[in-house]
Amino acid sequence: MEAYLFYIMAAVSVGAAVYLIFEKNPVHSALYLIMTLISIAVLYILLEAQFIAAVQIIVYAGAIMVLFLFVIMLLNLNVREEIKDVLLFQKIPAIIMGILLFLTICLILKSRFLQGKQGEYTSTYINTIGNTKLIGNLLFTDYLLPFELTSILLFVAAIGVIILAKRKL
Amino acid sequence: MVTLTHYLVLSAILFTLGVVGVMIRRNAIIIFMCIELMLNAVNLSFVSFAHFLNSMHGQMFVFFTMTVAAAEAAVGLAIIVAIFRNKETVNIDDMNIMKW
Repeated sequence: MEAYLFYIMAAVSVGAAVYLIFEKNPVHSALYLIMTLISIAVLYILLEAQFIAAVQIIVYAGAIMVLFLFVIMLLNLNVREEIKDVLLFQKIPAIIMGILLFLTICLILKSRFLQGKQGEYTSTYINTIGNTKLIGNLLFTDYLLPFELTSILLFVAAIGVIILAKRKL
Repeated sequence: MVTLTHYLVLSAILFTLGVVGVMIRRNAIIIFMCIELMLNAVNLSFVSFAHFLNSMHGQMFVFFTMTVAAAEAAVGLAIIVAIFRNKETVNIDDMNIMKW
């Protein structure tokens, strides 16, 4: 059952990512990206990361992609924008390079560097306490400084967006 | 039985598709979406490592990556809107003012 779900979701995410790359209309690309993000969220649930799956759907598929669609709508892009493609000869080398990159990553995966130390958070331990509660505990103990820095990052980003969006730049 | 390698290969496929998308597309917004796809591929490998190594720290890092991605998306889209106001295009071949 779990294996079937993995293969279905992997196929959906890869297929939607391929359509995202080759789709001419930016709105369709954004919708295919949402499809990829939601199938990755299902994979997170399979990996027992329920909190991350919920955040994936709320933040990525909700907030960030709405922002993308809003900007696409605001700029009113039309499809003929990409027809005057001056770098047509770049496509085939790019795809070949992509295949080479994938083979390189697979070579690294086949090597034995990926053996890590087993941690203490086993599946039964996480299920007795709860995934979200554990993340909250870690966030306010071990990861307190990065958490605070993240708030500063978001603050700076908000100020930057307000300045960039001003009428006279 | 789905192992760690399955998830890592899926993550590698998604990352490669993102790289190819950045190289073959000319529309700045679609390039931006491909960068988001690459970030998600890396997040997937973080979570699968965390699950198969019985650790929680991978999930914490995914949390921080998502925050950075949200900030990056907001600032990047604002930059794209600002460029569009000046040049009336989002085709990156037309943004060559720093090339000499």
